[in-house]
Amino acid sequence: MNANAVPVWLSAGVVPLVNVAVAFLAAGLVVALIGESPLEALGIMLRGALGSQYGLGYTLYYATSFIFTGLAVAVAFHAGHFNIGGEGQALMGGLGAALVALGLPFLPWPVLLPLCVLGAIGAGALWVFIPAYLQAYRGSHVVITTIMFNFLAGTLLVYLLVGPLKMTGSMAPETAKFVPAATLPLMSQMAAWAGLTITRTPVNLSFVFAMLAALSVWVLIWRTRLGYAIRTVGANPDAAVYAGISPRRITVIALLISGGLAGLMATNEILGVQGRLINEFTAGAGFVGIAVALMGRGHPFGIVLAALLFGVLYQGGAELAFDKPRITREMIIVIQGFVILFAGALEMMFADKLASLYTRIAGRAAAA
Amino acid sequence: MNPAIQMTGIDKRFGAVHANRAVDLSVEQGSMHGLIGENGAGKSTLMSILYGFYHADAGTIAINGRPSLIRTPADAIHSGIGMVHQHFMLVETFTVVENVMLGAEGGAFTARGASAVRAKLQALSYAYGMDVNPDAVVSDLAVGELQRVEILKALVKGANILILDEPTAVLTPTEVEKLFVLLRRLASEGKTVIIVTHKLKEIMAVTDRVSVMRRGEMVGTLETKDTNPADLAELMVGRRVVLTIEKFPAHPGAVVLEVKDLAVRDARGTLRLDHVSFQVRAGEIVGIAGVSGNGQSELLETIAGIRRPESGSVALNGELLDCGGRDDPKALRAKGLRHVPEDRHRMGLVKPFDAAESAILGCSDEPAFGMGPFLSRDAVLAECAVRMQSFDVRPPDPTLRTALFSGGNQQKLVLAREIERDPKLLLVGQPTRGVDIGAIEFIHKRLIALRDAGKAILLVSTELDEVMALSDRVLVMCGGRITGERRPEDAGEQDMGLLMAGVTSDAPKAAA
Repeated sequence: MNANAVPVWLSAGVVPLVNVAVAFLAAGLVVALIGESPLEALGIMLRGALGSQYGLGYTLYYATSFIFTGLAVAVAFHAGHFNIGGEGQALMGGLGAALVALGLPFLPWPVLLPLCVLGAIGAGALWVFIPAYLQAYRGSHVVITTIMFNFLAGTLLVYLLVGPLKMTGSMAPETAKFVPAATLPLMSQMAAWAGLTITRTPVNLSFVFAMLAALSVWVLIWRTRLGYAIRTVGANPDAAVYAGISPRRITVIALLISGGLAGLMATNEILGVQGRLINEFTAGAGFVGIAVALMGRGHPFGIVLAALLFGVLYQGGAELAFDKPRITREMIIVIQGFVILFAGALEMMFADKLASLYTRIAGRAAAA
Repeated sequence: MNPAIQMTGIDKRFGAVHANRAVDLSVEQGSMHGLIGENGAGKSTLMSILYGFYHADAGTIAINGRPSLIRTPADAIHSGIGMVHQHFMLVETFTVVENVMLGAEGGAFTARGASAVRAKLQALSYAYGMDVNPDAVVSDLAVGELQRVEILKALVKGANILILDEPTAVLTPTEVEKLFVLLRRLASEGKTVIIVTHKLKEIMAVTDRVSVMRRGEMVGTLETKDTNPADLAELMVGRRVVLTIEKFPAHPGAVVLEVKDLAVRDARGTLRLDHVSFQVRAGEIVGIAGVSGNGQSELLETIAGIRRPESGSVALNGELLDCGGRDDPKALRAKGLRHVPEDRHRMGLVKPFDAAESAILGCSDEPAFGMGPFLSRDAVLAECAVRMQSFDVRPPDPTLRTALFSGGNQQKLVLAREIERDPKLLLVGQPTRGVDIGAIEFIHKRLIALRDAGKAILLVSTELDEVMALSDRVLVMCGGRITGERRPEDAGEQDMGLLMAGVTSDAPKAAA
């Protein structure tokens, strides 16, 4: 009954840690079943992800995408909506960035690069506008419509990449390379400008964008009037109507922001790493964002931490698959699945038990 | 003879909250027993333990002298205990027989169970004079009938002990009288009846004995004939309480609110407000009496700009309003209209927010709370601290989650937010629902003070006593129409009851 009195450190700190620990236990069991040592596997994973500049770089590169898509899910979630169309919005973000980069190659980089980033945000937001409008004014559930729009985005991109946007003479479904003024510098390049040498990895300037985005989302949600309206609509739409806040308007605005954040994911992959628009570049980051947002409990700080965890899983998992042929690429997906299962879908499985354990102990302490 | 119920040393904790502290309760067989106490005094916890919803940490229960281990409601039903909840637990689309049969279907095919239930229902209705059509669909029944179905449901399951939780909350005075006649009859036939309520008048009218709880403890069990409302209130609160409201005659000024021919339909197209007209003047409280669900909510929400009327007009200080259109709640606030909604949980507050954030609901765009698009956390907290002090909200902690405040303190938070913004017109719905006696006194005083400061107040309450005590004029609503206007000093209880049931002297045709 009284889960109310549970302190923040328990619900936001201990509960996610327990969930992750259980996920690793379950994954370890599977590793043991196929005859490998779970501890050794964990060691390889952690070392592979965090033990070298190379591993760390890749971990941060993966985490960058997850931060953007995680923030996208969280903003919609604060308004009470479940935007699972991050995948499609990110794809369109890539298209938006590419159209600017390919269409205005003559502009100098201080103009072109911001325009490309804005293109990514705008296209992501535009892609969620129809689902948002339908949700707000026609009651079509945004979960259904955004997932439909994922497929639409995928097919639209394939059509464009094998047709109008395909580089002439290329066999691959991809656009021509962008001009250098339209690409984001790698961290290794930026370190070189500062006179430092670090290993060349895909992590690029958009990691900084991701951190700024996390900070901005925090300010937006907890320190602005709009954020207050978004949270009111999400927590109690009737109270919002009473207050004169239009749930419809706020739904559209929150989802547009969400779509823009998902679109920003393209800055990492398209503007940062590929330098051209390729097919299926999101590689499931839009869906990982859902798990990241759930695990991070909708808070930007938690989302950054959860995104880093998933970055470790992706990079460490790749190393593990390389080191232990018996642990295949598919096994790594199983392990990631466990984390999503326990930290996302079964997020509340241990929460109640931990809360009642806590209240019992606290009650005893108060009685003593 | 053994008591029907003997609860001894019942102790229950919810985390840090000690809901029942070594509570003893003894109820004699064939008696009407009242259980009163403020919100959070532990009455519901005690009854939930008796009915098997919760398990006590310590203590024993004996039913008719036999120690009983009640772990689930099924155990309670088996021991002959029946409960009628405040919010009826009926399936709207089922008939009376189907509802009563729930949990006793008697196998995969329902025909045999249904005929057994039907026979029992008829016998019981006959024995106790309850006329309920067993084949009526529940959604077609009036509230009083629904309650009878709930009582029948318990009796069919063999209940000898009936617990009624706030049974009169949704009834008209006439229906209350009918219910009491029925309950007395049940008691005289040997059934034991426990009434959980906060209405002292009803306790005095109907019970044989009354037990009073305060802060988880049983503070006393009295013979009803040896006590009086003032003493009971003092036992409940722990200090002397002023039950009567002191106020001087109103000095109504100019017309502030003028409602003309207002008609409102709900989403299903049902006419909820049927061409309602009235005025509220500065410096007076106009009360709307009536059983809940007769258009009062729609009236408040329409004037507040939440609903759009079908026809008719609303004018504030002579200016025609476009309620629900251009004049949404935000625009109306700017024009000096403030609204304390009927249901603070549904509308008045955002329960997961901290108190400070709930305290700016509807005011979050005020420049005082930050620069441009930003909200200043410090300004919001400071504002809340001031409000909490002037309305004596406890605990005075603006960072505490709204849901963790008691009902009375939540309501004070809403009232502080709306009253202290210098309204020209205040709409107040159910100002003291779920609020403890001490806070009721405070809230009533504040409303009278606001009236005396020359503000216009439109009050909706389903507590007839409250409307009569606070208002300078009382309008009675039934079926979306105003069935009469009375001055509280010369309105009789029976007269009001008839108006609330839709019986008007000038128009004898009763509303459905």
